[in-house]
Amino acid sequence: MTRFESELKNGKFVCSECLKCNKLVWPPSDFCSNCFGKVRWRQLSTIATLVEFSKKDDIIFCIAEFEGTIRVMGALETDAQELIIGKELQLVKCDYDRTERFIFQLK
Amino acid sequence: MRRVALVGTGLTKFTKDDVSIESLMLSAIKSLFENTKNLTQKDVEVVLTSTNDNSKYLSSIISELTGLTPKISHSVESLCNSGANSAVSAFAYVASGLADVALVTGAERFDSPGRILEWDKSRGQYKHPIYWSSMFTKAHMRKYGTTKEDLAIVSAKNHKNATANPYAYFEKEYSIDEIMQSKNLTEDIRLLDCSLPCSGSAAILLASEEIAKKFTDCPIWISGIGQKTISAGFTKNTDLTSMKSTIDAATDAYKMSNTQPRDVDVAEIHDAFTICEIIELEDLGFAKKGKGSSYARNCYETQDRKINPRGGLIGSGHPLGATGIAQIVEIVQQLQERAEKRQVHDARVGLVQNMSAAATSSTVLILQS
Repeated sequence: MTRFESELKNGKFVCSECLKCNKLVWPPSDFCSNCFGKVRWRQLSTIATLVEFSKKDDIIFCIAEFEGTIRVMGALETDAQELIIGKELQLVKCDYDRTERFIFQLK
Repeated sequence: MRRVALVGTGLTKFTKDDVSIESLMLSAIKSLFENTKNLTQKDVEVVLTSTNDNSKYLSSIISELTGLTPKISHSVESLCNSGANSAVSAFAYVASGLADVALVTGAERFDSPGRILEWDKSRGQYKHPIYWSSMFTKAHMRKYGTTKEDLAIVSAKNHKNATANPYAYFEKEYSIDEIMQSKNLTEDIRLLDCSLPCSGSAAILLASEEIAKKFTDCPIWISGIGQKTISAGFTKNTDLTSMKSTIDAATDAYKMSNTQPRDVDVAEIHDAFTICEIIELEDLGFAKKGKGSSYARNCYETQDRKINPRGGLIGSGHPLGATGIAQIVEIVQQLQERAEKRQVHDARVGLVQNMSAAATSSTVLILQS
């Protein structure tokens, strides 16, 4: 299991950040994709924005954007009748069980 | 750079058969040899194999099975646009003068490992293609008012076109109502909005201008090529109503061939899902943004076969590594006026658009008679 995966399993969504140009590197990597600088692990904000969503079997899945740059797909738990693109989301759970898992709620 | 022509084609029927990759490729190459005059094994200097299968040393195995001893031989893997990308590699070998004759074959089994993109961290647990296609569909509906009926028309059109393609997996028409009522996979797409993974193979032969006429009286020239990769991860698509890689690849292909969208008489485009065809019609320049569904509707209502005359991926099936090559085979047949019931009248300029992994990469070719 990689550092990214084990942190995710412990409930922390971490990403690599360049020590030279400060770019967040997604997907996590050994070096910066912008300048090949060395990277460090950094926990991301748990606040995201809703980019798009759909539904399968009454479960909403969505694209959420972190810190204006990193987008991932996850489940969105909400009873809201209407969802608005750009709405703030809270990452309430992340995990790794053979694959990455992200669960959001409306903030 | 030397001119390069397509001078031979081979295909197998697309099925759900449990057949090995080697057998599939062998069948397509046998068909190509039978269809190409004066072609002998010693003519072939390049053998490229295209598949997502986990085969090793495949191009050499295929060479051995077909009695070929090429100078250059290797596999090309790039998920769903492996086929068109392998044609681009073969073009480069011939155009550069490294070889005069190149054989490209692609094949896939119905249970290909290329169906699920397990490496893409940004997809979370939503690795199956129905999830990214739902995101594109919802975004296009939101921005342009595209409807579920618009999607169904693309499927109805391509299934109808496929009934004239003896190599297609699907052999029947579906009404718009049948498509609308097919199983909901998500809130936004239904079963008949999707292409189907299947078993199948295709093969093409490329030759330099100096030798092309040996194999055919009607060589089809590859006049434009564009290939673009924007990322591997799906969520790097910042605009979900567009395919940036297709726009960039098409721009390069049109420029290289000195053509424009209005010059294209016939096109095979990558309708992995119905929304893909609608977006591609816009991004290839055939329709204005937001008008792709109107364009497809007009094709359906007027029985115009210009777009996906063989039935596209939705009507023909989608054997991943074979798809791009099968698209090229169709356009070659159209430009050679050998497309029988599928023939588009007076087709002189053709386009192939083959893309991968939620349009994170695309390949566009312009072919001319």
